[in-house]
Amino acid sequence: MNFEFSEEQQMLADMVDRFVADRYAFETRQKIMAGDGGWSRENWSALAELGLLGLPFAEEDGGFGGGGVETMIIMTALGRGLVIEPYLSTVVMAGAALRNAASQEQRAARIPAIIAGSHIMSLAHQEPAMPRHSFDVATTARRAGEGWRLDGCKISVPHGAGADELIVSAQTEAGMALFLVPTKLSGVDVVRATGYDGTPLATMTLADVALPGDALLGEPGQGEAILARVFEETNAALVAEAVGAMRETFDLTTEYLKTRTQFDVPIGSFQALRHRAVDMLIELELSHSMAILAALSLDLPGDQRRKNISAAKVQVGRSGRMIGQEAVQMHGAIGITSEYKVGHAFKRLTAIDALLGDADHHIDLIADADGLAA
Amino acid sequence: MDLDFTAEELAFRDEVRSFFREALPDDLRAKMIERRHLEKDDIVRWQRILNARGWAVPNWPVEYGGQAWSPAQRYIYQEEMALAHAPEGSPFNINMIGPIIARFGTDAQKDRFLARIANLDDWWCQGFSEPGAGSDLAALKTRATRDGDDYVINGQKIWTTQAQHADWMFALVRTDSSGRKQQGITFLLLDMKTPGITVRPIETIDGGHDANEVFFDDVRVPVENRIGEEGRGWDYAKALLGGERSGIARIGLSKERLIQLRALERDLAERGMLTGRERDRLRRKLAEVEVELRALELTQLRVVAADAHGAHAGHAASILKIKGTEIQQRMTELVLELAGPAGLATDAQAQANTAGEGWVEAAAPFYFTMRKVSIFGGANEIQRNIVAKSILGF
Ligand SMILES: Cc1cc2nc3c(=O)[nH]c(=O)nc-3n(C[C@H](O)[C@H](O)[C@H](O)COP(=O)(O)OP(=O)(O)OC[C@H]3O[C@@H](n4cnc5c(N)ncnc54)[C@H](O)[C@@H]3O)c2cc1C
Repeated sequence: MNFEFSEEQQMLADMVDRFVADRYAFETRQKIMAGDGGWSRENWSALAELGLLGLPFAEEDGGFGGGGVETMIIMTALGRGLVIEPYLSTVVMAGAALRNAASQEQRAARIPAIIAGSHIMSLAHQEPAMPRHSFDVATTARRAGEGWRLDGCKISVPHGAGADELIVSAQTEAGMALFLVPTKLSGVDVVRATGYDGTPLATMTLADVALPGDALLGEPGQGEAILARVFEETNAALVAEAVGAMRETFDLTTEYLKTRTQFDVPIGSFQALRHRAVDMLIELELSHSMAILAALSLDLPGDQRRKNISAAKVQVGRSGRMIGQEAVQMHGAIGITSEYKVGHAFKRLTAIDALLGDADHHIDLIADADGLAA
Repeated sequence: MDLDFTAEELAFRDEVRSFFREALPDDLRAKMIERRHLEKDDIVRWQRILNARGWAVPNWPVEYGGQAWSPAQRYIYQEEMALAHAPEGSPFNINMIGPIIARFGTDAQKDRFLARIANLDDWWCQGFSEPGAGSDLAALKTRATRDGDDYVINGQKIWTTQAQHADWMFALVRTDSSGRKQQGITFLLLDMKTPGITVRPIETIDGGHDANEVFFDDVRVPVENRIGEEGRGWDYAKALLGGERSGIARIGLSKERLIQLRALERDLAERGMLTGRERDRLRRKLAEVEVELRALELTQLRVVAADAHGAHAGHAASILKIKGTEIQQRMTELVLELAGPAGLATDAQAQANTAGEGWVEAAAPFYFTMRKVSIFGGANEIQRNIVAKSILGF
């Protein structure tokens, strides 16, 4: 049992913390959000220069071979800064699909470019008429000679608008499959939307899009299994990001309790608020523990891995809502203004619960499996 | 980072586990599983079995019979004890007065008391709370006046658990009221057979009689039975209440209860006593509490690991106590819900109704009595005050 970072991990943590502290002051973030594309290519290059974009990729693909703990470290720091660059979309989510399912050629054509910061990717899975958190996509992929033809519509694609290439889930005759779709192809239409949490989103329509044979990731029918794994890795990362956002929220709130005065005393002297701040801390610590569990579960056998990550997503969903709401409440009106960081952290925490299965969804998975024990 | 116990820790766990499996008498295990009341003799018997193994008082200093265990080993010991359905023993003897005498007692007091405390030859009770002094313990008024080589005590204690069984009481009394209320408190050891002591039982909402009022009417206590210096009792009491951190959240107990709850739920469903909808609902509730319990367990392990490094997160014990007691109480709600209307009768007739399923008639008393865990040992509101002060600095 060891909860300490290794020396390298500590250096990594210091490095990302410094990146966030130097480059991601709240005012800077607001400017980036309002700017072109909604995120900063300059910051992205800086992340590439630090080597952070290559972290979870295998050394043979040009990466650093980092595991769950390394991703947790990065995501926690990015969560603290409410960083909106496409780390989760490109490196974690699309990266997981490439790591788990792509051929040597497919990886060689993309991973070095991702690591260099010149290739933005994301995953396009959600659809307008689909039951939430399911694999039941209506997008179709038909065989056409050596290649494929895709038709369908995808929504809420994170960072879809700025992406060079999207991984698209579609039904084939042999079951669901994943396809690598460059966004510039004819028949692909990507319309930008903006998430309430500041994440640039996209709606993507595919109208008879022609793809070559090597656009297929894995085999037809393997899409579900690949996506399940991708979602596990992404959820472990999301949970860590949430812990960062919660810690920032908690720190801002306790600072406010110390400095805001009403009735001639700091509002932190009111017991009603003091006790609620303690409850926020308890939720934060429980979530932190579960982020560690999720990060360390990625290499466990399937059943235990899934359950642990679900449990972490449950904890973070519940705690994130509580901490976000309480932080806003204890700030009073300033808490609901766009000019103040707490509201933005609250929104990101809200979005994290909605992504890839909310707390209730994951509770059902655990309940159906008769609990967390193996 | 990793969550695995070391090979030595695993070997230790196996050793503890097989010892508990073999050494715990069957009748005791059965009582524990059904949450039936333990008699004094049950607890004494078990304590002596542990003592013979050298494990009665592992947290004491080694020279007085303790074990030089790591925080992880202590954690494992506690968890295995709970999973084996073994009783915890008397906290008053093991966690409170023993360590206090070992740390602050005279040589004569150590010789006289420690071995008997460990073997439960003497049963101790805690005389701190008074009608006017609960959370604000320093407001206590029971007076001790010096008369030659004795103190003469007059006043009243309340909520004294198992005073009816006790051979000895450790008590806080007031020897001086002139200064701050934390000053002028003295820590005394009282022989419960001393003339002038009256014990009166208080019935609690579970129907039990473990709580008592204790009255003192000119009770004479020799000065040699004082711990440390006169007027410094508050310091010793604080050391005592600071107590044990590794087991405060009672994770093992809650784990054991969760296993039992799942087994009961399955059994009831198989016998057609739960509708599909009830079953779904229960399973979701069990999943919810299990997630929190897992999160708390890992948080406890983070504290255990930090302790092993000598790092001391000051408010960690309070956080573990708050959440640990909330989870314990949640478990009792779930047992109660499982028992349903069959759990209404809790007297002798109930046993006939439920054909010997002890847990059903024990469910409600268990639920009612477990409300205590967020009240004693520093009420959860007091714990929140402690944490708030630590995070806000005022
Ligand atoms: C089952 C049981 C066994 C016990 N056994 C013993 C024993 O063996 N020996 C012994 O000495 N004592 C014993 N106690 C007493 C126990 O220590 C006290 O109950 C405890 O200290 C609380 O005191 P009180 O009951 O007087 O409640 P009070 O202190 O009157 O508190 C009442 C309520 O007010 C809250 N409150 C009080 N102060 C504050 C504050 N500053 N801020 C916010 N809220 C506050 C409390 O949290 C509680 O909710 C036992 C209690 C129980 C329930």
